[in-house]
Amino acid sequence: MKAGWPLLGAALLLPPFLPISDYTLHIIILVLLWAFVYTSWTIMGRFGLVSLGHGAFLGLGTYVTALLWNHYGLTPWAGIPLGVVVAVAVALVIGYPCSRLKVVGHYFALVTLALTEVVRLSIVAWRDVTGGSLGMTPNAVPPESIVALQFTKFTWYWVALGVWALGLVVWHRVDRSMTRSAMDAIADDETAAAAVGINVTLQKLLVTTVSAALTAFGGALIGQYQMYINPDTMAGVGVSLQIVFAAISGGMYVILGPTVGAILTIVLQEFLRVLFGTRCIGAAATIYGIMLIVFIIFMPAGICGVIVARMRKRRAVAAAAPAAG
Amino acid sequence: MLEIAGLEAGYGGFRALHGVALTVRAGEAVAVVGPNGAGKTTLMRVISGLLAPVAGRLAFEGADLAAVPPHRIVERGIAHVPENRRLFPRLSVEENLRMGAFAPASRPHFTERLEWVYSLFPRMRERRAQLAGTMSGGEQQMCAIGRALMSKPKLLLMDEPSAGLAPVIVDQVFDLVRRIRQEGFTVLIVEQNVRQVLELVDRAYVLEVGTIRRSGSAAALQADPAIREAYLGI
Amino acid sequence: MDIFLVEAIVNGLLLGGVLALLALGLNLIFGVIDVVWIAYAELVMCGMYAIYWLHTYYGVPLPAAAVIAVLFVALLGVLVHKLIIAPILGSAPINQLLATGGLLFFLQSFATLLFGADFRNVGLRLPIIEVGEIFVSFARLLAFGVALVGMVGLWLFLKRTYIGIAIRAIAQDREVMILMGVDPQRVYLVTSAIGGGLAGLAAALLVLQYDVHPSIGLSFGPITFMICVLGGLGSMIGGFVAAFIMSQIIAIGGFYTSIELSYVLAFLLFIVMIFVRPQGIFGGRS
Repeated sequence: MKAGWPLLGAALLLPPFLPISDYTLHIIILVLLWAFVYTSWTIMGRFGLVSLGHGAFLGLGTYVTALLWNHYGLTPWAGIPLGVVVAVAVALVIGYPCSRLKVVGHYFALVTLALTEVVRLSIVAWRDVTGGSLGMTPNAVPPESIVALQFTKFTWYWVALGVWALGLVVWHRVDRSMTRSAMDAIADDETAAAAVGINVTLQKLLVTTVSAALTAFGGALIGQYQMYINPDTMAGVGVSLQIVFAAISGGMYVILGPTVGAILTIVLQEFLRVLFGTRCIGAAATIYGIMLIVFIIFMPAGICGVIVARMRKRRAVAAAAPAAG
Repeated sequence: MLEIAGLEAGYGGFRALHGVALTVRAGEAVAVVGPNGAGKTTLMRVISGLLAPVAGRLAFEGADLAAVPPHRIVERGIAHVPENRRLFPRLSVEENLRMGAFAPASRPHFTERLEWVYSLFPRMRERRAQLAGTMSGGEQQMCAIGRALMSKPKLLLMDEPSAGLAPVIVDQVFDLVRRIRQEGFTVLIVEQNVRQVLELVDRAYVLEVGTIRRSGSAAALQADPAIREAYLGI
Repeated sequence: MDIFLVEAIVNGLLLGGVLALLALGLNLIFGVIDVVWIAYAELVMCGMYAIYWLHTYYGVPLPAAAVIAVLFVALLGVLVHKLIIAPILGSAPINQLLATGGLLFFLQSFATLLFGADFRNVGLRLPIIEVGEIFVSFARLLAFGVALVGMVGLWLFLKRTYIGIAIRAIAQDREVMILMGVDPQRVYLVTSAIGGGLAGLAAALLVLQYDVHPSIGLSFGPITFMICVLGGLGSMIGGFVAAFIMSQIIAIGGFYTSIELSYVLAFLLFIVMIFVRPQGIFGGRS
């Protein structure tokens, strides 16, 4: 098994060189970019901080970047960090009172839901600048412009692969950190965690900040890649729920869970879209909706969660057998 | 009327009752006494169906109680006045009493039984529109007993009716129980206040660490030196 | 005072009636079953489509279609509980919220599949009434009136019937309800049906004023949750008052700025309120 990982890593370098269609490459890039966003969500979601507000961070990242580029000609190299800073600032303004006042569970979900709607509606309301609900397109330059961060699909693949890997590294670092044990304790019993000296507010804000920053970063890149952004697909309740569901269906307690969620949801959507064509708009999403319900009822740990649990069980059986003999 | 044999029950891995056997005959008043944590409340919860027993026989008027769904127990004629009264604090007194008559068989008799409960406890008539949670402890206990009586039970279970009340109020509550007795109800009562409850009942069981240690008539137990020393402080 | 401002306030008041109806339904479900149906506004959408479909394709008169819609959405409420909530009643509350979020996706896209993304209306033109210098749409007035009647009906039900009192009591002590001979599952089903029925009633009132389209739920779903929380989740009177506060913010805010910014204002107020008074305007200390 250990020997398999380098092979798998090598395989990830292949796609741009394979004789696959532009469309297939496009789907792979989308999967990688969204997998990064979903991974970012699980960094806080796995600790019981179920945010329905990640649409807000996604929207802030993407709109700040695109607006600065279109209206001031500011390169995304500066625009993206600014978008991330804005998202983090918003995350702190909401996150701080949430942790201090112990806003958890339903209330946390609803506060973040309100936040995402505030961002979406603000974008719509500011239509003179943002294009409102019609969306906007970053001013295009001929491709392969490093300054404008506009590339061909070939280059985008490497960018997407890079940020996806970055997401996994951050996830892994958090997983192995003291913060993780602290957050697990907090998720288990906040009062008890505070009693043993864990700084609950600090730890919560830490994961919230990391999660919001990465999400804003991912949003900005998705906007740059698609060259079209829209408040409904990048900022509202819809995209917030999309993020939560992909992360949950893949499995938010396993490093590759959100990636599997991204593969599942995007490939499924595309597959159903091709299958039903434009004659049956909504068919794909209908099946998707049913699957989400079924997932949450029967498989709340997600696909990867179930696989990992099975593997552990098998390993435990295998380990117990020789000991018994 | 109520026959329990070999009863085992508990929560999760914790076994609170070990092989408890107990009988209540029609018209009797029986007490279960014992220290805190002996399993008295668990016993009551098993009888009224809130807790499923692990093993043992539980029969009421010859029928197996374990096979009855918990919310059907009251229809069989067992009403439970739970520990700490457990009224619906934001419902009025009358609404609380109405919930006591929720079972379909009780509903047609609601008005007449309400009158009867009000005549037993005139204080409840005065307080009929008041929110139950705003009354004093003693009044709440009256309301809780009244609520149980609304189903006109054959067997009334009372769990620590005197708990948490001031001594004067405790006397009043025991007077209430005495009146319920005189009305002809069969009563199974759990109490820590051993001295007073033994004045009230016909027979009693002593439950310690989940096992019945002694049983007998109230008079015999009152005379038992071990009981006198452990529970009556003499 | 500006006559148009007065008109906005009156319209806000009338909208508040329907929002209060919705908040009441959601609050009832939350108070009794302890779950948040994120897809509640989508049930309203289902009711609106049902009326549209019955009226436009089968010529069913609107009042009859409205009654059918109320029953239909009540049935949907029962199904939501039976199929989605009941199997996961014991798991984390957030899972129940998310499962109904999946339902939101499903209903939205299923409606798109059946009716397409077009805006549709029942083609009814109700008169505009002139009161002094103010113009008030009759549809809104009717909606307000029926919503009030619906709420009074619900109040009487919760006050006078056994099952109604049980619905209020079960949130206060679930276990003791069993001692009273109440089957909690039955209470949950009745509550779900009532919650659905109220959504159906709201649908009948909204279909007179708004076009129906698959994502109409998103335009008043979030505000309904905010109202419930603002009034104190589970508190009926609080939800009622909060509905009128929120609808006034939207109406007056919309008058001075734009409709989107007035919603932004309402949501921001909600966020601040959660921090300042998490138990709601009328909630007691928890």
